Amino acid sequence: MSTTEIDRQWTTRLRRRAAGKLPPEKLLPDTQPAYVSSWIYVFGVTTLAALVVVIVSGCILALEGPQWWHSSNIGHFVNSTHLWSVEIFFFAMIVHLWGKFFMGAWRGGRTLTWMTGCVTFFASILAGFTGYVSQTNFDSQWISTQSKDGINATGGGSFFNVLNLGQMLMWHIVILPIAAIALTGMHVLLVRIKGVVPPFEKDTEIAR
Amino acid sequence: MSKKAFRPDVDAPEWRGGYSPYDIIKEGTIAIVIVGLLTILLATFFGSPDERAITMKIWSNADPIDFAQTAISEMNGSSTTAGYGAPYNTASDGVQLGPLKIAKFMGVTIPINTVKDFIINPLKSWPNQPALNQDLATWSSASSSTQSGWVADYTKAAPNLKFVNGHIVAQTTNAGPVPALIDDLTQMAQSGALDQALVTGNGFYTTNYTKPLMFLADSGYLANLADKQHLTGSQWGMMNETGQYPGQAWLWLYTFWYQIPPFTTSSNADILVFAVMAVLSMALLFLPLIPGLRSIPRKSRVYRLIWREHYQG
Repeated sequence: MSTTEIDRQWTTRLRRRAAGKLPPEKLLPDTQPAYVSSWIYVFGVTTLAALVVVIVSGCILALEGPQWWHSSNIGHFVNSTHLWSVEIFFFAMIVHLWGKFFMGAWRGGRTLTWMTGCVTFFASILAGFTGYVSQTNFDSQWISTQSKDGINATGGGSFFNVLNLGQMLMWHIVILPIAAIALTGMHVLLVRIKGVVPPFEKDTEIAR
Repeated sequence: MSKKAFRPDVDAPEWRGGYSPYDIIKEGTIAIVIVGLLTILLATFFGSPDERAITMKIWSNADPIDFAQTAISEMNGSSTTAGYGAPYNTASDGVQLGPLKIAKFMGVTIPINTVKDFIINPLKSWPNQPALNQDLATWSSASSSTQSGWVADYTKAAPNLKFVNGHIVAQTTNAGPVPALIDDLTQMAQSGALDQALVTGNGFYTTNYTKPLMFLADSGYLANLADKQHLTGSQWGMMNETGQYPGQAWLWLYTFWYQIPPFTTSSNADILVFAVMAVLSMALLFLPLIPGLRSIPRKSRVYRLIWREHYQG
């Protein structure tokens, strides 16, 4: 096999491209710019940590099925951890979002980083919502019967039926977690590729 | 070739300052441990709400009059479901966004005939009821105008229904088999058999609760319970859950629009609010590309608090 042939392989080209964009020292850095020293940076990693706890607690709930938590004290406790990790996740994510907004974090070719963050936020809202309507209790009855009107108003109720428990549960435990994890992964990789946005130039708001 | 001008809201200055040590793995591990412990702490002290689901059995035993009145509203077409429109039926155009009848675009994809699906078919599935079978036969053999006349007669009596000795009593004059059908449906619901009949329409296995939920949502009973739990629309209910829990607090903006005019009075509020939120969401998504909006961070100078040390240096 010639060197040229190897060079043309999809695998070779992908590996070289990935290594060029994201060398190990960028993927797992051991230093960071001195300006990354505010408390606001905590909320990005807190969001990621909360997502891990959400997934772990959700997986434990999935082991026993959607109604386990109604009849088991352990199940109810695991459900409580799922709920509170979701609350922490959204709190941290929203503070992170506002922090990045006031940093103008899209500057310097970071538009896609901002956009993947926003889409992750939207997907997470949908994931949270499908969780609420999959609880198989009074909350899910009320939330689903009320929210159907908003979705039906868009014509979307025809293929996203919030009153169909099976469909909502599948969205909640398969489709949306995959989307949220994939989007979060893309977002984090983009942060590593592009780095953390530097501060505005001093007095730039006056000069321009 | 001239160098492109620096745009402060689009371009970022190259960092020429120093670097400090950063252990990303250690940071991530510590974050997971702290968030995990905080979650366990919150779960231990506050738990999570779990109000049991309302069944037809619970509803019809707690408020048989409301159940019977809802049942007749399904027969006379005055219930929310009966008059809903797409995706359940063609009874109305649904909400509109200006001239656009968006709700109708997909047509009737989840068909619900409230008379057949909520009343007649469940009653037909109730075994060993010879008198009921006779009433159902009378109903089925009547013309639609006769059926309508019977239902109209019962509808007049519906506001004054009574529940006496375990039966729904209506002061009707010419309602045919309707009083018996409504009473039988109430009996069936009170026994628990209606819950099963409504969900097993598609066979033994099902995970689709559309029909029982639509029937239940037509009742006054469910709404009263929700009102006590501060869950109705005017109570910012979209973001709440039962008990004193944060709920979906992140939906506050979506819920907010439902609290103010013109959305509070518009019959098209659902699509109007959705449209507003769609525009705002797109603005957030494409914010880096929108002149003016993308300048807010720089002009607000909040970043000086975030990078305080940098600007003090």
